[in-house]
Amino acid sequence: MSRQALSLKEIIDILDIYFDVEFSFIKSEQPAELIVRQSRSNQDFILNLTKRIAATNEELAFQFANNAIRALDAMDHHMVEAWAMTATDNYDRKGLFPAMSVIRDLDNYVHKAHVNACGAVLEEEISVLLPFLQGLSGRKLKIAETAENHAYTDTETIYLPAITALLEESKDNFLIYKASVAFLWAQIQFGTFRINFDEILDCEDTETQLKKLATLETVRLEACLQRELPGLHRDMQLLKNKTTSSDTESHSDDWQQIIDRLSNDNASINDTIECLELISESQCPDSHCYQGILKLDQVAEVMHKRIEKEKAYFRIALSELAKESLKKNDDSSDDVEVNEATTFNIKTRDDKQQINSGHVELELEGELVAIPDHVKELMTSIIVDFGEIPPEHLHAAGPGEYDLKKYEEEMLNPKDVWQGTYHEEGAELYNEWNFKRQHYHKNWCVLRELEIEPVYDDFVADTLAKHKGLLKNLRHTFEILRGEDKLLKRQVYGDDIDIDALVEAYADVKSGMEMSDRLFTKMHKEERNVAVMFMVDMSGSTKGWINEAERESLILLSEVIQILGDRFAIYGFSGVTRKRCELYKIKAFDEDYSDEIKARISNIQPKDYTRMGVFIRHMTRIFNQVDASTKLLITLSDGKPDDYDTYRGEYGVEDTRQALYEAHRDGIHSYCITIDEQARDYLPHMYGAANYSVIDDVAQLPLKVSDIYRKLTT
Amino acid sequence: MQSKALKPEEYFIEDEPYYQTIGDEIAIFEAAYRQSLPILLKGPTGCGKTRFMEHMAWRLKRPLITVSCHDDLTASDLVGRFLISGGETVWVDGPLARSVRHGAICYLDEIVEARKDTTVVIHPLADDRRVLPMEKVGEIIEATPDFCLAISYNPGYQSVMKDLKQSTRQRFVALEFDYPDAELEAEIIIKETDIDAATAKQLVKFAHMTRDLKGSGLDEGASTRLLVHAAKLIHEDISPVTACSTAIAQAITDDADMLIAMNELSSSLF
Repeated sequence: MSRQALSLKEIIDILDIYFDVEFSFIKSEQPAELIVRQSRSNQDFILNLTKRIAATNEELAFQFANNAIRALDAMDHHMVEAWAMTATDNYDRKGLFPAMSVIRDLDNYVHKAHVNACGAVLEEEISVLLPFLQGLSGRKLKIAETAENHAYTDTETIYLPAITALLEESKDNFLIYKASVAFLWAQIQFGTFRINFDEILDCEDTETQLKKLATLETVRLEACLQRELPGLHRDMQLLKNKTTSSDTESHSDDWQQIIDRLSNDNASINDTIECLELISESQCPDSHCYQGILKLDQVAEVMHKRIEKEKAYFRIALSELAKESLKKNDDSSDDVEVNEATTFNIKTRDDKQQINSGHVELELEGELVAIPDHVKELMTSIIVDFGEIPPEHLHAAGPGEYDLKKYEEEMLNPKDVWQGTYHEEGAELYNEWNFKRQHYHKNWCVLRELEIEPVYDDFVADTLAKHKGLLKNLRHTFEILRGEDKLLKRQVYGDDIDIDALVEAYADVKSGMEMSDRLFTKMHKEERNVAVMFMVDMSGSTKGWINEAERESLILLSEVIQILGDRFAIYGFSGVTRKRCELYKIKAFDEDYSDEIKARISNIQPKDYTRMGVFIRHMTRIFNQVDASTKLLITLSDGKPDDYDTYRGEYGVEDTRQALYEAHRDGIHSYCITIDEQARDYLPHMYGAANYSVIDDVAQLPLKVSDIYRKLTT
Repeated sequence: MQSKALKPEEYFIEDEPYYQTIGDEIAIFEAAYRQSLPILLKGPTGCGKTRFMEHMAWRLKRPLITVSCHDDLTASDLVGRFLISGGETVWVDGPLARSVRHGAICYLDEIVEARKDTTVVIHPLADDRRVLPMEKVGEIIEATPDFCLAISYNPGYQSVMKDLKQSTRQRFVALEFDYPDAELEAEIIIKETDIDAATAKQLVKFAHMTRDLKGSGLDEGASTRLLVHAAKLIHEDISPVTACSTAIAQAITDDADMLIAMNELSSSLF
């Protein structure tokens, strides 16, 4: 039985609450009149979404309610929801006005949705395009999105438009991406930019000149691609046929001569430049869908920076290689002099292919020098820029040329955010769950990993002395757990004969019964494969007793985990607002439990607030790189998730719960140890009924934590 | 046709196994063999370590006993154990003990896969004592000069769990293997499979593409062995793109995006 549709009055009442009309002065009548004509299921759908949007902003929700019917006519429920969520995302990122424009500009969204359906979206394809690009040899290039409609490269990054929807089928549109990537790679690899830019552009009509250059280079590079990647070249021809109407290109004799010259195996950019004079603009055909545009100014800027930098790095690397190699040959002197006069030779087999792919060898004083991988990478990059290693690169750096500071990119210091210069460089962004909106805030939290300065004081020694008895006890308990070797009896196959079984079997045979074949013993060794991460609450509220108890627990626990050989990591977390979530690395999985780690534990200090979700998501990301059969995330905390902004109460609890759910989906078991006496009210909801412990007495924490750990991992 | 059944210690390789020399590894192996030094072969999977051992066994005219190590391999699996036969217990030699008794070449493949406590039994054999203690029968077998111990491992698996103990690795003469350079590799493929030079060259190029991806999505690039597999399929008239996909891409990764990317690379090449 279908439910009865809501009446106008009922809808107005509901909307009045959502819009908070008493304060917002929004009139609910207008959208209500539209909604009342819908079926009950549509009414519910619209009202539900309106409620979710109103949790963000009432005005936005009002606009949505007004436009929802029109949207439902054009799209299905799923798309309408996506449209509404795009608007709220825009609200998060840019504010009310851009969010409203998403709602108002419904037609545009519908059109885009259509394009999205058949077009290729860079965000989705990048996971394929990037390895494809990196598989093509040469410099390790990156892919990034450009707001423009054309693809281009600056010789380090290949910029592609966000969506390609030139052709009907998404398969073909992907092919355009692929061809663009390969074509721009070819520009870099086959030396389109090994020219003097000023000379080329030194003419009246630079635009025409660029167009001619692009046309001729396309001829040359396509010939290169035909030799290198014949399969792709075939695809490019197909694309050409699909995108250009007249496929019968009739060439004049002159033009054919140019094509022949540029298609030659040995043709280089110099041939292209010589041909520039021979053609006129009218001869230039329209550009192909994959060829993109030339942005010589950007190329020049990036190249200039890189060439200087790589030269400096390379020469320093050479000087190190020289020192090593000279030392080896000359035992007598302790310190060998390496300066600018130390010159390396390049040895290549006379094969262009080899040089192009960076296969060259270095020679010093007639002896071949082994090239480390990072230097090889540098050499490849230099060869891509010059087509060879220029002679001036081959002098080792002399003393005083070791200063690389000016080449290092200005890294913004993560601590600067506290000094008024807010930036998001070097930070990781995480989503956050809004339970009212039933959707994520995208890239909402800004997380940084910071180091804790080790402090070498007496804390560790004092703790070990204070808990001497307890530690002895714990060690004993944990040693029992370690590698439980079991002697399995009556096995079909094993190391030794099970004499008891054999005697029985023999007796069986004598008495005419069938003999068992289980006559061996086997040693079964159980190996622990546990990785555990401790997330320590460093919020301001832990100051004093709790902080000390936390640190003591960590020291004791680390001592006994060593016995088990489990891999473990310790991170502290704190922060203020979503923009400053700070994670303090105390011990990473791949670090040994050293004195430095102990000194870091000793310096765990209470900081600010507790925004938990973002940290759990980050831990999940770290955990995903660890290979272990049991992954355990243990949180030491003293209260509810809580932050300076809206992250408190139900919101914080729900986001944490969602983050834990995401972690669970990735195979991570979470457990919470807390000293908050009220925790029984909210922890079961977040962690599940059996996944938490509340410790009433802070002093008991060190003992309890170890005890809980033992129980959890056996 | 019936297959021949032979005991490993009596099986001599008669025809020369094809092996393309890369450096002076054969001379070093022979020198180490004459001086009774054990040998460690390092190198990525499928670069020809096992083929090299076969070739050396043929060259030195000794039987080759290969043990593929796994994490359940126990010391008794190598040395030997008591079995029961007709109401009596009978001692049966393991492959290591057989090799020592018969002066064979014992090759422990992927030694790091074995548990560390198992690896320790080879220690007395791998230093100047050259003996194999057999605790259970209370004997010590002394190795003849013919006996040779070789182990292999792939340093590519950089994991704490899968590393060779210093006390083990410091007993061996180490030979490092890597994929041959492009021309040699193409030559190997042609020799092994009879495909045309152009296809072999493209295959090698494809291998280099996958090796460039090592570390950015792949754990390991395509090995020479995989190239030979693909070439064999191509020789049977399977299209090169399909051959690369089934014999190479699917063999090195399960990641869906990576598979697509590799197929795009191979379809660009052929």
